Amino acid sequence: MSVATPALEVVGAGHVAQPDRPRLLRVSSLSVSFPGAEGRESEVVSELSYEIAQGETLGVVGESGCGKTMTSLAIMGLLPTGAKVSGSIEFDGKDLTAFSSRQWRCHRGRDVAMVFQEPMTAMNPVMKVGQQIAEVLVKHERLSKRAAFGRAVELLASVHIPSPERRAQDYPHQLSGGMRQRAMIAMALACRPKLLVADEPTTALDVTVQAQILDLMLELQETYGTAIQFISHNLAVVSEVAHRIMVMYSGRMVEYAPAEDLFANPLHPYTQGLIRTLPDIAQPMAELYTIPGSVGGKRPSGCRFSNRCPLADARCREAEPALREVMPSHHVACFKVN
Amino acid sequence: MNALVEVDNLNLHFPIDGGFFKEKLTLRALTDVSFSVEEDETLAIVGESGSGKTTLGYAISGLLTPTSGRIKFGAALGGHSQDRPVQLVFQDPFSALDPRMMVGDIVAEPLRLQGVSRAERLQQADDVLEQVGLPAESARRYPHEFSGGQRQRIAIARALIAKPKLIVADEPLSALDVSIQSQILNLLNKIKRDRTISYLFISHDLGVVHHLADRVVVLYLGRIMEIASRQDLFATPSHPYTQALLESVPRISRGRRKPGQALKGEIPTPLSPPPGCVFHTRCPRAQEVCRRQVPELLPAPGRPEQLSACHFKD
Repeated sequence: MSVATPALEVVGAGHVAQPDRPRLLRVSSLSVSFPGAEGRESEVVSELSYEIAQGETLGVVGESGCGKTMTSLAIMGLLPTGAKVSGSIEFDGKDLTAFSSRQWRCHRGRDVAMVFQEPMTAMNPVMKVGQQIAEVLVKHERLSKRAAFGRAVELLASVHIPSPERRAQDYPHQLSGGMRQRAMIAMALACRPKLLVADEPTTALDVTVQAQILDLMLELQETYGTAIQFISHNLAVVSEVAHRIMVMYSGRMVEYAPAEDLFANPLHPYTQGLIRTLPDIAQPMAELYTIPGSVGGKRPSGCRFSNRCPLADARCREAEPALREVMPSHHVACFKVN
Repeated sequence: MNALVEVDNLNLHFPIDGGFFKEKLTLRALTDVSFSVEEDETLAIVGESGSGKTTLGYAISGLLTPTSGRIKFGAALGGHSQDRPVQLVFQDPFSALDPRMMVGDIVAEPLRLQGVSRAERLQQADDVLEQVGLPAESARRYPHEFSGGQRQRIAIARALIAKPKLIVADEPLSALDVSIQSQILNLLNKIKRDRTISYLFISHDLGVVHHLADRVVVLYLGRIMEIASRQDLFATPSHPYTQALLESVPRISRGRRKPGQALKGEIPTPLSPPPGCVFHTRCPRAQEVCRRQVPELLPAPGRPEQLSACHFKD
């Protein structure tokens, strides 16, 4: 990765909601772009700035194509080749954008770890589950293979997999979807990372198993003090775990607030739309609200949401609104919010 | 109301041949399932993965043959189970559409089987694509040019073109973003308003079911746990499993979750279902009797229309 521009201070962004906890991750003006057809660049993440404190859960919400996954891949140093990155990512005082590939390898799996949406494709299908978990420990903690396998069994027990000794000898396809995701979390937590990036970890699961996995993540956070960046397209799922929430739209942050504030007082029309599209058991409606249009396609000029926004006027189509702190710790990028 | 489909004591078991030296096993996908789908009704089938929802949908579509029991199509269908006016919509709109066929041909395929001419088929395909909210030129494009939500619309158009009486929709929203889910839910409701059609709507998510279903069947490990109207099921869930399913639906109004409320454990294997009530291994109310005796599907106290299979039902 190359650093094109030095870190910029963005006014209003990067406020830590829980000042008692020290900062762990600080992303400043992060932009990610890919070379497109005819020499044009497509920017998938634009000028993103946020922070995560130790032991805190940041929820990242937006539809498919909003740049949620690209942001996490940038933190993990796993962006596809060809990606151009600018801005800075500071983790525990170290600037990740200056890392060599060797430093990244040391960092990944030990300081930060990732849990993916579909554990079946994220795990090696021809390697026993226990061995896959042990591999991380052999690499990072220099344990012997035997000792690492023993630790792997303990880790499987810690994520409440029944008969972990036997399960460690299983291949991924022999586990149920929920158990695979537990094993995936065990693997991610093998070296007690300070930050866990969970990208749609429950989307492929049943609601009952989803509830169990959310419970597990809260429990492990309580035990180990791990910070979590939790990504989902479903605001309701995010509301179950997040301390703070960042709403992304088309590569930009449009709202950023403590979870209670966001739900009590959603300010951005996109956030309001996301909340209204959720079916609510408490209040059945004949017609569900839908946000017209979709994220894809050509970006409109001005505010990127202007072509789908019910409130958009001429000003919104001309200029892009900056992120402002409109209430303590509550940031929004919209001209229509006072 | 007239019954469109009556399912009577349906059993569907798959024999598993474990190999030469291994004993033969039986996978009990569905056991003693009885219910009916009325005309112009949306019946939701709810349960976790492995509860037999998809098997049930396939059995009603005629894709699987029951081991015992009957699936009877009512007078409205002429009583012939051979020509079932049933169409299916699948979960994954990416694998459900042939990537090498033009959308118009995909949508019109059910008519091809009925011997309708190509020009007539494509004309009808254009009409039905418009009804599901896709632009007119969609028929001459290929599936890869469409997003997930649009592909699900194509799959719905294909199901609609043969004018079925019943659409079996197997988790049609699970592969989609929530913002797109609400669009497809609204589309299904709109279709229902415009024509007389029944849905068998299969889902693991009660939150979604709430916006569509007239009645709900809760399935667990191949058995019916509860059948009730939507109002009764959501207002006064009777079976502990239904209550657990409701509890696990994420809601924004609750704030950060308090751990420990999730239903424990996983659904047991249908190769050897637990004796007695199949849910007793995970049930917070399980007593000795639950381990011995299969509870019958009986009305909940004071609610004759709400059936629940539990010794200690609410």
